[in-house]
Formats: sequence, C-alpha cells, structure tokens
Amino acid sequence: MDFELSDDQVALCDGIWDLCQGRFDIDTVRGLADCGGVDRRLWGELADTGVFSLLVPEDQGGVGLGWAEAGLVFEQLGRALVPGPLVGTVLAAGVVDDAVVGLIERPIGPALVEYPDVIDALLVLDEDGVWRVDAADLSVEAAHSVDPLTPVGRVAVLPQGKQVAETHGWANRAVFLSSALQVGVATGARELAVAYAQERQQFGKPIGQFQAVKHKCADMYSREEVARAALYYAGCVMDSSEQGDISRAVSGARILAAEAADHNGKDCVQVHGGMGFTWEIDAHLYLKRAWALTPCFGSLDEHAERIANMVGADRLGLGASLG
Amino acid sequence: MDIRYSAEEIAFRDELRDWLSEVLPTLGDPPASDDWTARREWDTGWQRMLYDAGYAGINWPSEFGGRGSTPTEHLIFLEETTRMGAPYVGMNFVGQLHAGPTLILEATPEQRARHLPAMLKGEEVWCQGFSEPNAGSDLASLSTRAIRDGDHYVVTGQKIWTSFGHVADYCELLVRTDQEAPKHRGITWLICPMDLPGIEVRPITTVAGSSEFCEVFFDEVRIPVENRVGDENDGWRVAMVTFSFERGTAFISELLGTMNHLSEMADIARSISRNGSTAWDDDEIRREIGRLQAEYDALWALTKRVVSQAQRTGMPGPGGSVFKLYYADVKKRMADLAHRMLEREALVFGDEAGDEQTGGDMVASRLYVLSLSIAAGTSEIQRNIIGERILGLPKER
Repeated sequence: MDFELSDDQVALCDGIWDLCQGRFDIDTVRGLADCGGVDRRLWGELADTGVFSLLVPEDQGGVGLGWAEAGLVFEQLGRALVPGPLVGTVLAAGVVDDAVVGLIERPIGPALVEYPDVIDALLVLDEDGVWRVDAADLSVEAAHSVDPLTPVGRVAVLPQGKQVAETHGWANRAVFLSSALQVGVATGARELAVAYAQERQQFGKPIGQFQAVKHKCADMYSREEVARAALYYAGCVMDSSEQGDISRAVSGARILAAEAADHNGKDCVQVHGGMGFTWEIDAHLYLKRAWALTPCFGSLDEHAERIANMVGADRLGLGASLG
Repeated sequence: MDIRYSAEEIAFRDELRDWLSEVLPTLGDPPASDDWTARREWDTGWQRMLYDAGYAGINWPSEFGGRGSTPTEHLIFLEETTRMGAPYVGMNFVGQLHAGPTLILEATPEQRARHLPAMLKGEEVWCQGFSEPNAGSDLASLSTRAIRDGDHYVVTGQKIWTSFGHVADYCELLVRTDQEAPKHRGITWLICPMDLPGIEVRPITTVAGSSEFCEVFFDEVRIPVENRVGDENDGWRVAMVTFSFERGTAFISELLGTMNHLSEMADIARSISRNGSTAWDDDEIRREIGRLQAEYDALWALTKRVVSQAQRTGMPGPGGSVFKLYYADVKKRMADLAHRMLEREALVFGDEAGDEQTGGDMVASRLYVLSLSIAAGTSEIQRNIIGERILGLPKER
C-alpha cells in the first residue's frame, strides 16, 4: 500500500496547476462570464493538454490515465475555478465527437441546462441510456444563474435525442468528477482565506494571529483534507473495484466534498469581513461554484441514504479492504 | 496512489489472522473494568502472548527487540486485531507507544537493556507524568521540581491525568531542573520507579464514574541521576520527539471499533419500535447514519494517507492533528444520534458494557466522547498546530 501520490501524479497536479495559473488566472476566469463560460481558444488548450481525453485509452488516441488521476486533474481545475462543462466533456470523450458537451440527468419536468450558449451537444442520462441532443435542438429560455461562471437556461422539454451509451456507471463517474472539482474549490477558498488572514491587519496584528480566525482556517483545512482522502479513496476504488464498493465510495466523496466546498466558501467570505460580501473579492465565486456543483445526480440526502443502506451489511463497515 | 496491500503485506496479514484465530478462543472473558489487578494481568498477559509470537513492539526496530514492521504492517496489525476482537493495548499503551519509542531514540544502552525487553514481555507497565494541575495545554510551564543532591534528583510536585498510575511500575516523568531558564529549556526527562518512597497515587473519578487516571503526588522523592534520559534541561525536546508518534497511530484501533459500533447502531435502529414502525424509518436518523459512515470511511482513508506518509518519510504526516480534531466531533455526533434513537432508555446505563439493546454501551459512550476533544492535546491546541505549523499563520505570542 502506498496511498500517497506517486512522482508522476505529483507532476500531473503541478502541470495542470501551472496551466491553470498561466491560462486561467482569476481575471481571465471572471472574464469568461461574458462569453457563456467557455472561450473556444482556451477550451482548445485544455483539449490539447489532454484534459478531455484523460480517460480515453492510448490506443484510441487518449492519455490513458485512470480515475485516480482524473480526480487529481479535476481537483486542480476546481481550485482554479475553471468554468465550463468539464464533467460532460470528459465523459463524452470517445462517445461523441463534439468539443463542448453538457451532461444532465433527465428531469421529470422542465430542465435547467448549464452553459446553454456554448455547448455543441447535451448528453442526457436516464434509466434507459445516455442520449445525445444537438444543442441546436434545444429551445432555451434565459435564466439568471446564482453563479456567474455557471450560466444556466431553462428548457421546457428536453428532446429524447439519440442513444450513444448505456446508463451503467455514468452517474457515479459524473458525481466523482464533480466531487473532485469541489475538493479543489474547498482548497482554493481556504488558500484565499489564509492569505488574507496573513496580510489583513486589525488591532495592530494580522487577523490570522487571533485564534477566532486561525481556528476557522484550521477547520477549513481539516474539512478539505478529510474530503480529499475520501476522493482519493473513491478514485482508487473506481480504478480497481475489488478495493471497495464504488457507490459507497463515490457517495461518501460527494457528501464530504460538497460540504467542505460549501463551508469553506462561507468561511472564506467570513474571514474577509465586509469585503467578503462584495463582488470584487473572489470569495463568493468559490461559494457559488460549490453550490452550482452539488445538485447533480442525487441530493446529499440521497447519497446519505445510499450509504446508510449499506451500513450493517458488513460487520466492520470496511468493505473489501478487509478481504 | 495505490490503496492495495502488496503480496508481502497480505502474507503478513494472513499469518497474523491464522495466529489470532488460534489464540483468541483460548483467552476467556475479559475482566471487570474496575478489577485493576485482573486488568493488569489481562493486558500484560496479552502482551506476553504477542511477545512469544513475535508481534510485540511491532513498529520498534528489530535491534531493540521489536518486529521492525513497516507502518503499513503496523496498520494491518491494528486492523486485524480489532476486527477479530483481540485485546486492546490497554495499560501497555505508554510503554509500547510512547516511553518505549522515546528510550529507543534517546536512552543509554544500559537504560534500553534494562527496560525495553521488559516492556515487550509485558513485565513493566508504564505511565506518563507530564501534565500538572497548572500545566495542561501550556505543558512547558510545568513546575514539579527536581533538585540535584549528589547522585539523585529530589523531586517534589504533582502530576495529573496519569492513566493507570495506580498499577504502573514506571513513570516517564518531566521535571523542572532549572528554575531560571526559559520554560522549554529547564525541563528534564526521568525514569521514575513508582514504588519509591514519597509517591502517592490517588485515582480521579471521571464524569463516567470510572477511574482510568490518577493524580500523582511527589514528596521529596529521590530518583537516581542514572535514570535521566537525555541531557539535563533537554527533556522538552526528548518528550517532543515521540509526540507525533502518539498522534499518528493512537486512534486507529478506536476508529475501527467505532465503525463496527456504527454497524451495530444501524441494526439496533432497525429493531427499535417508533410510531408504529422502527427508528430506521425516521429519515433523519437513517441519513445521519449514512453521513457518519461516509465520514468514518473518509477518516479511514485519511489514516491510510498518514500511514503512507510515515512509510515514505519515517514520520507520520500532519494528518494526525486533522484526524484527531475531526474524529472527536464526528464521534460526538454519533453518541448524540444514539440517544435520539434510545429516547428515555438513554437515562440508564446498561447492566454491562456491550448491552446494546438497552443502550448501556451508548450511554457510557456519550460521556466518554467528551474526553476525545481534550486528551492528548485539546481540539483548540490541534487547531493551533494546524493553523501555525501547516497553514503558516502567525503565532499568538
């Protein structure tokens, strides 16, 4: 067992983070709100780097990495608040040829579709399969999204579309990648709060010297680390399912990542005081992204239910790790 | 990032399982919790069995009589012994996890030869004399005084929270040997035999009604200078060398036991009648069980990360503080949930530990968990450690 990142994995994280800092600095990211969340040139750079073909086998022209690595890449993208339909586009690679692909669970009534102005196609997941709907076939009514970097539009009736894949496994994969983004969001929010606590002075001291603020930052870090452990475990289980139950691991990662991102977003606002409530400070962007990522493929209550129904089934609650 | 055990690790595990399934049925029933003589026999008897089978000092280097196992094998050892219901380390805790490792790193060859084999065989029980009534979180301000008198230190003062002080043979004792020096630089680490004249041990009754730990009073106790470990006035460093070890592995067995307990709670929820159905049909109870399981699974994964860091670097990573802080809170929520399930049955202790149907276990547990955010560094101290050492926030002082 070596449940730490390998040298290659560290290099992968560093490479993606360098790319994010070079191409997706926070001013650029904020600017993407004006073009529907995706700039085709920047999106193309992500594609050229292999972000979208991470999971496609090498003999099919992809990077051929596993879920653990995909989680690491998405964690860095979340940390940098990179917007766009990242989850859908990665899962669509090798399935459809479109460059910018949304993903949604087919609702009973009207749908809220993310990035409606920039997607080429929308993959719709339901019990019977995964269906491709051409973006041109969507009749979208504008809506005012809570997250400026996750624009949404209302679609009264989602077309049936053309089936492109079987349903099995898709929801877990989407939840896993979305959770990875949230661990990154939790990290970014914590980093912003800690940097501010070190530099902002009140009563003649940096506010991070006061325990009330220092302990809030420590709690942010703790949540993030526990969520990260859950995420890495889920990635390992997805890569080798004899290590545990995929649904249990993914639901666990989702709950912890969503709550870490939400709480760290709020604490980041709080540490910034009055400035945290302004549009100018980036704190709200982390919190809003945390919120935008949570309601997809099951509520947190549903994930908790899914895990609860596995408790008691095996005595030590440790899944296959006990063999 | 590979969570799978290697072939060697699996071989180690299988051999351990075989041994455990052979010896555990021969143990009989554990002693009553207030029968200290029997408990000492039980804990040290188990230590002797581990020694004879080659599992004593699992993480100690082999040149000091340990097994020299890797951190991952240590984890597997704790995982398997807990899973199969083997005795807990109990009153061997300080010797095995703190005093022993300290002697290995800091003691003279004579001191090691005198104590390490005895610790491994279960012939010596150790306790810890660090905290004092006026030196808790601010441990370095301790004032138990040692005055040099020829070949002896003459020790006067008071220690507190000394687990198993009334049954221990030796105490790892921190004393002040220089009143004038800055507080961290006037402390010395001594091996104190607990049968010396002038030592008085008084058990402290906890909120749970038990007496796991004691106050220890020292009245001009003469401790030979040859019992000093490390240099005079260098005791703070000697003590800190092994603190991170304590945080790294101390809670593994307990986490695994807690996960087992959560499974039992789920079963109990399914059997407790509530409004014409069962407690399990209460959405809030069911979902909270799911959330707790998610958090314990995550803490188990975090433990594996900390152990993997120890395997690579020789030292447990900073995740130990994160684990302790987070675990204390989650376990308190679990105790509160148990009480929501039990309703008025939560007013009474059970007849004996493990009497889950009437909630005896859970009632005692709700009290016990209060200590988790206090012992071995309060949650507030853990937050300072994380804030200052990991996040780089400025120190208050």
